[in-house]
Amino acid sequence: MSRALKKRLRATGLWLTTFLLMVIISVPGLWVVLSAFRPNREILARPPIWIPEQVTLNNFAKIFGFDEGQVAIPVLSYFINSLVIALTSTVIALVIGMAGGYAFARFRFRFKNAWFLGLMLFRTVPGIALSLPVFMLWSRLGIIDTKLGLIIVYVSLNVPFTIWLIDGFFRQIPASLSEAAQVDGCTRWQAFWRIEFPLARSGIAAAGVFAFLTSWNEYALASQLTRSTDSKTLPVGLMDFTSQFTIDWAGMSAMAVIIIVPALILTFIVQKHLIAGLTFGGVKG
Amino acid sequence: MLRYLRTRQAKLTPILLLSPALFTMLFVVALPLVFSLYTSLTPYRLIRPETIEIFIGLRNYVRLFSDPDFWEVFGRTILFLLIALNLEFLFGLGIALLINRITWGQRTLRTIMMFPMMFSPVLVGFQFKFIFNDNIGVLNNALQSLGITDQAIPWLVDRELAMFSIIFAEVWMSTSVFAILLLAGLFAMPRDPLEAAKVDGCNSWQVFRHITLPFIMPFAFIAMTIRSLDVARAFDIVTVMTGGGPAGRTELLWTLIARTGYENARMGQANAMAYISTILSIAFTYFFFTKLVAARRFMGGAE
Repeated sequence: MSRALKKRLRATGLWLTTFLLMVIISVPGLWVVLSAFRPNREILARPPIWIPEQVTLNNFAKIFGFDEGQVAIPVLSYFINSLVIALTSTVIALVIGMAGGYAFARFRFRFKNAWFLGLMLFRTVPGIALSLPVFMLWSRLGIIDTKLGLIIVYVSLNVPFTIWLIDGFFRQIPASLSEAAQVDGCTRWQAFWRIEFPLARSGIAAAGVFAFLTSWNEYALASQLTRSTDSKTLPVGLMDFTSQFTIDWAGMSAMAVIIIVPALILTFIVQKHLIAGLTFGGVKG
Repeated sequence: MLRYLRTRQAKLTPILLLSPALFTMLFVVALPLVFSLYTSLTPYRLIRPETIEIFIGLRNYVRLFSDPDFWEVFGRTILFLLIALNLEFLFGLGIALLINRITWGQRTLRTIMMFPMMFSPVLVGFQFKFIFNDNIGVLNNALQSLGITDQAIPWLVDRELAMFSIIFAEVWMSTSVFAILLLAGLFAMPRDPLEAAKVDGCNSWQVFRHITLPFIMPFAFIAMTIRSLDVARAFDIVTVMTGGGPAGRTELLWTLIARTGYENARMGQANAMAYISTILSIAFTYFFFTKLVAARRFMGGAE
């Protein structure tokens, strides 16, 4: 009897801890989402209003400029900038990363571990530290405050980690498959595109999503290398709301939702492959 | 002759495949770093462009090393990293063990757990600035409504609480990296040694300490390596939440670089600091990466 009780208590404790944990993880985000649909005066209300009395899309209309009394924050152009910059840099990084990842997964060469580590060490340079010389050089080259300038930086930011992930995915495919195809008369190039690439495709997509999100979320470099609507991205634009004397919490929450929704959807789609790639890559043999 | 050419080609192929990556890193990272090193040896100020041509040797570094304010920020950064990384590891391990034991809804839990990792650090900063706000923040509102306290707690204004809030945000964001990878490690664990240990009469702590933990350590090192690649993400969080305040009490090395370089326009000095921060990051990554390789080798030997 007491044993059954003990077991039951334990199970309850397990569930309670898990529940509490999920609350801590999800409530902050949900609170921001909720605030995005509430009018600012309800957010500022004293005493606090717990149950929303009014649900509105006004905050979104406002930041996209559909409203009369609009704040002059050009969210739409930030959104387009973010999308263009993140997509372009992701595609380029994937091409470079596929070549590099394949080299690490399929070839033996001297100082392999050292090469890999070297690439990773380039990635570890803090964004703000890198921004100083890049800021000086880019102004000299005249590509400060352009999408191109940011795309170049983001490609270099994404290449090392893309290689790490793609290396992992190619390793999971037995080399004998492409060897068999080569025996049957394929060239190595054909064997790659017909056998290995299709098998690694979902993994490569996961690496692409990861690269996309890195660019989409980046702030330290973008905040220094962009200035106007020509190239400002969403995370930099988010700070527009705080430059005034008062913070527009509702507007900021609405913009936060715009940043986070694409990220969450993409994560949801590729999560399984992402974990597989992270655990399998990173130099073995 | 043909065979010679073949092996020659086989040797060149990986280099050829890697060359776009190397080219990119060289031009976008290595070259600017060289330029940064040069600039750190000048008294360059943005408002006076001609100062970049004056060479002053190591004077910027000497000035930094003899500045107690700099050491305070440096020490705080190290302390911040130690506390944050250790908490993330411990919480991540706890969460992974917890979810590993749950049989129903495991997948959903894992997905939810993964979300903070995908939040933009700026967003995490904003989110917790909102929550910890002393006037309208949900935390203070909740505490007051529940009657736990009747005055507003100044989470982001008080010198100690501000640092706590920032560490909370950082841990919230990055624990999932550890949790996910450690959970993947637990999933990959073979069942046999666990059962054998139980048959031999080990208690659950012994099993954990001598079988589970050694097995998942490589996964912990993967997580540590990934985390060490972007420890400087904390810059975003601090910038949004406190901007380094109150009175510089939450200033970290990275925010100090931005303040010196862009706000005070003292690029020479800022580049010297940037170099120190770069070396710090490289040391972190190098350390965990060598641990990872060693752990992998050890596992390979055990197989």
